[in-house]
Amino acid sequence: MRTIGAFVFLIALWLLLSGIYKPMIIGFGAASVLVALLVVRRMDGVDEDRVDQQLDAVASIKYFFWLMAEIAKANWNVTKVILAPRMPIRQHLFAVPHSQKTDLAQVVFANSITLTPGTITVETESDGFLVHAVAYSTDDRAALADMNRRVAAIERGGSA
Amino acid sequence: MAEMLIAGIVWVLIVSGAFFTVIGAIGIVRFPDFWSRLHAASVSDSAGMILLLAGMCVFAGWSLITVKLIVIGVVLFITGPTSTHAVANAALVSGLRPPEGKGLTGTEPEPLPDPAAETTPI
Repeated sequence: MRTIGAFVFLIALWLLLSGIYKPMIIGFGAASVLVALLVVRRMDGVDEDRVDQQLDAVASIKYFFWLMAEIAKANWNVTKVILAPRMPIRQHLFAVPHSQKTDLAQVVFANSITLTPGTITVETESDGFLVHAVAYSTDDRAALADMNRRVAAIERGGSA
Repeated sequence: MAEMLIAGIVWVLIVSGAFFTVIGAIGIVRFPDFWSRLHAASVSDSAGMILLLAGMCVFAGWSLITVKLIVIGVVLFITGPTSTHAVANAALVSGLRPPEGKGLTGTEPEPLPDPAAETTPI
């Protein structure tokens, strides 16, 4: 099942990226996809290291648009800090707890923190992240707790 | 009419993307130390990158170039914050601490395991 999915995905990627639809070029594409799948299957037999995708698709897309709005707001705030004559910098390193169960959702949360300008995930620990803020305000904790809740909700079976 | 509209959208997206990229560069020069400069860089990394790529996508219209631009966008969307995290983490592990704002105390990270104790003798 996974192999078929990977085959369809790789073929689609080849067709979209190449843009030359002659039999010989498509043949090269199919051959390289088959070689890639063969290598992946052999490597899977060695380590069995798989990442299960446990995110809900619809919730993830909703979260993506919410994140874009957050990025826009945060960008504007950091732009104001950069352009302000006196640069109101108030740096702070603080711990943010996370409540996601799967590794992938934790990665999504940590990368979302870093992607919104003004906050960077500096260290990942078992019970939370260390986050560095450039212009810390007391609202930051509440905003990150809200983001934490939203990322936990996109996990399959999470509280939506 | 429609072409004028598309040209206008492209113009707005690319100019605002360029604006945020320049803002990020100004921030890198103006900010006082390593930690705050990371934040300035992430402005051009997120807003600049997204707006410029969106503008180029609208400019290219429905074509294979748009697909390639979206693939580039997805890759940058994931690798950008990951590499920022790697740089910040390396700084923290090697002992650099951000200068805290007035009246704030930073959280200390959990101490790392001693690397000398981990290496097994050969």
